[in-house]
Amino acid sequence: MRDKIFKRILVGCCILILLVCAGMVYSLISGSLSAFQHYGFFNFICSSEWDPHPDREVYGALSFIVGTLLTSFLALLFCIPFSLPVALFTGAYFRGKKIATFISSIIDLLAGIPSIVYGLWGFYTFRPLIIELGLNSQGFGILTSSIILAIMIIPYASSLSGEFISMVPNELKEAAYSLGGTRLDVIRTVTLPNAGSGIFASYILALGRALGETMAVTMLIGNTNNLPTSLSDTGNTMASIIANQFGEADGLKLSSLIAIGLLLFGITAIINLIAKFIIKKFNG
Amino acid sequence: MNNLTYRTFKDKLFFYLICTLASLTVVPLFAIIWELIQKGYKQINWSFFTETAPSTLDAMLARSTGDIIPGGIANGILGTLLMVIIAAIIAIPTGILVGIHLSEHPKTKFSNITRFITDLIQGSPSIVIGIIAYTWVVKPLGSYSAFAGSVSLAIMMLPLIVRSTEETLKMLPGSLKEAGLALGASYTSVVLKILLPSAFGGLFTGILLAISRVMGETAPLMLTALGSTAINWDVLEPSSAVPLLIWEFYNDPNLIDMIWSSSLFLLLLVLTLNLIAKRIARKWKIQ
Amino acid sequence: MKEEMINIQDPILQLKDVSISYSPGKNAVKNIYADIAKNKITAIMGPSGCGKSTLLRAINRMHELYPDIKIMGEILLDGKNILKMNPMEVRRMAGMVFQRPNPFPTMSIFDNVIAGYKLNGISLSKSEKEEIVERCLTNVGLWNEVKDSLYKKGTFLSGGQQQRLCIARALALKPDVLLMDEPTSALDPIATNRIEELLLDLKQEFTIVIVTHNMSQAARISDYSMFMYLGELVEYDTTQTMFTNPKDKRTNEYLSGQFG
Repeated sequence: MRDKIFKRILVGCCILILLVCAGMVYSLISGSLSAFQHYGFFNFICSSEWDPHPDREVYGALSFIVGTLLTSFLALLFCIPFSLPVALFTGAYFRGKKIATFISSIIDLLAGIPSIVYGLWGFYTFRPLIIELGLNSQGFGILTSSIILAIMIIPYASSLSGEFISMVPNELKEAAYSLGGTRLDVIRTVTLPNAGSGIFASYILALGRALGETMAVTMLIGNTNNLPTSLSDTGNTMASIIANQFGEADGLKLSSLIAIGLLLFGITAIINLIAKFIIKKFNG
Repeated sequence: MNNLTYRTFKDKLFFYLICTLASLTVVPLFAIIWELIQKGYKQINWSFFTETAPSTLDAMLARSTGDIIPGGIANGILGTLLMVIIAAIIAIPTGILVGIHLSEHPKTKFSNITRFITDLIQGSPSIVIGIIAYTWVVKPLGSYSAFAGSVSLAIMMLPLIVRSTEETLKMLPGSLKEAGLALGASYTSVVLKILLPSAFGGLFTGILLAISRVMGETAPLMLTALGSTAINWDVLEPSSAVPLLIWEFYNDPNLIDMIWSSSLFLLLLVLTLNLIAKRIARKWKIQ
Repeated sequence: MKEEMINIQDPILQLKDVSISYSPGKNAVKNIYADIAKNKITAIMGPSGCGKSTLLRAINRMHELYPDIKIMGEILLDGKNILKMNPMEVRRMAGMVFQRPNPFPTMSIFDNVIAGYKLNGISLSKSEKEEIVERCLTNVGLWNEVKDSLYKKGTFLSGGQQQRLCIARALALKPDVLLMDEPTSALDPIATNRIEELLLDLKQEFTIVIVTHNMSQAARISDYSMFMYLGELVEYDTTQTMFTNPKDKRTNEYLSGQFG
């Protein structure tokens, strides 16, 4: 009898999680409905206008979608030259050694630093550097936020891909060495190709992280509602426009912001699903 | 032979390149910690923990005379504690129970769907979860509140706890459960009195990591708890939190000195929790 | 100074006082002296843990991948001490075939055969590649079976075919000696039989050293046999002599199945 109740509670909690997720999707959709109805779904996505003037009230998400994709992919690009070495260091060269554990636990701590602290560091330490280098007169913008984002996602990209690299079977590596390859040759022709899809999935997961990052980007991107066309441009990402404008929003504007939230949710969900799918195929 | 010398050279070069880049990656962590300590340590004193955030005027006066800014972040610390505790009360039991179900029935369709949904929630951006908590709590109650903040943090903690519970329970030997059942214990008591206690170390690690993860969250709280200048015990009133205070200080040039001390405090808190969690995890694994 | 147990004319490989330790002071292989004959098959037998694989792996310096392992003594290949040479060069001269077939799963059959060239950074023309692939696959009797599926992944082949592919991969670099570490232990009897026939063919061109725990295999294919026990080379003789008239009591006990 008691067992039956207990099992029901377990199932009940699972259902609760399903309901939470369903509720999330429902709330996002119903919240964004009036924006989609007013502007049309495709119009909303394809318009880069954002004019909150009460007489006009035109909202479109394109600038922010572009801003999000631009910063995230750039961040991904910038993080590769560091996360891949870390992954090779911990997963190949020093696999199972103390130094590998040491490095990877320090890199893991990078993931523990709150987003807002990254934002501050980017604002007060990194931004002056950008100005000094003459990359950008204000120091704000796509480039600055991508670099900080890149640092933030290094731990996500490196720890998982390091694991995939360390999972490449020893017998394959021995076979490659027995044919006379140097460590570099073996890494290039055997280790990396064999861990390839796993590494790819790790980077997609890291991309998913970058897409949703809010605070650091909000503090560094410059918060202008224009379509960014170059690296030194300021802009907004989907997350940062919500963070910036949600507080004072109501009516159509609120609905538009929720619609952007729905789009962001959808994009990250798809990205994460792709990564999980690849990992599942890789392991199975 | 020449080819071999060249390849050996290339191999060495690549190795040193990897080592250099990998160690460079460690730099930001220390650079950030160092900067926060350097700029923030002098603000941290007794009143930093006991007084509420200073007003712009007080800060301006203090700055003009070169004093340290009076006041502290007591309202933020209290708000953070309050919201994290409520979030933990909601998320931990639910998450553990879901984790038990997933590890007990690893391959059923229902479990697969639950796992999939858990991943989906875990992947959602924190700002989106802020929107959700706003729609679910702030709007119906008509006011920003600490409780709304807790709900957003709870949604973020839930998937983390589910996955860590499942992983931990999966590592326990199956014989443990069988031994309990063989002694005639009911399924419920086997799970609650044998499995969970044996998995305690792993569960505790997961809980600490989840707490340290949400403790530094700012974005969802901006949409839910809003912030407050006073100490506030009422969970249905707007509340401050340490990250929210940092955001306020950041937006007020007079309070700039306070940013560093409160960030230092937040960072140390989060990293300490992180390190403790990992230490426990390592000890627990060795057993 | 210990004497060699058998006099081999014109040896291609010479082991002189070879000892190998996994941790300081504990030798897994102890003071081995042996000469190995050219274009013959030499089998190394012994119960598991006797050091036979350890010895074999020393010959192409596989142990260097694991920093705790130390090798002492001299190993001469064509008169040159390989322990003093660049390991990459040694490994090209001494091909290795492992216990379990391990074709590279990301490469096609074609690419697997020429993987050695790719790993060594040697670029070949298309016709050179095709010539090598055809010759090596023919050598291992795989050509007719796979010539229509050269660009499929090597991992789709059966276990025996995979192992022959691995042999072809090792042969492609024209090694002076082919080292085989229990190459048939993961295969069924029919596949084993094919590999054994293949080895008898290959010894026209190559010198083969094979580690085996299977006494009858050693008896069937090898010209010379070594028996190792607890890291020592107990007996080394022509296979015929060893199986008909073993000199050491331990060899006799092993061959008659009293331990192992």
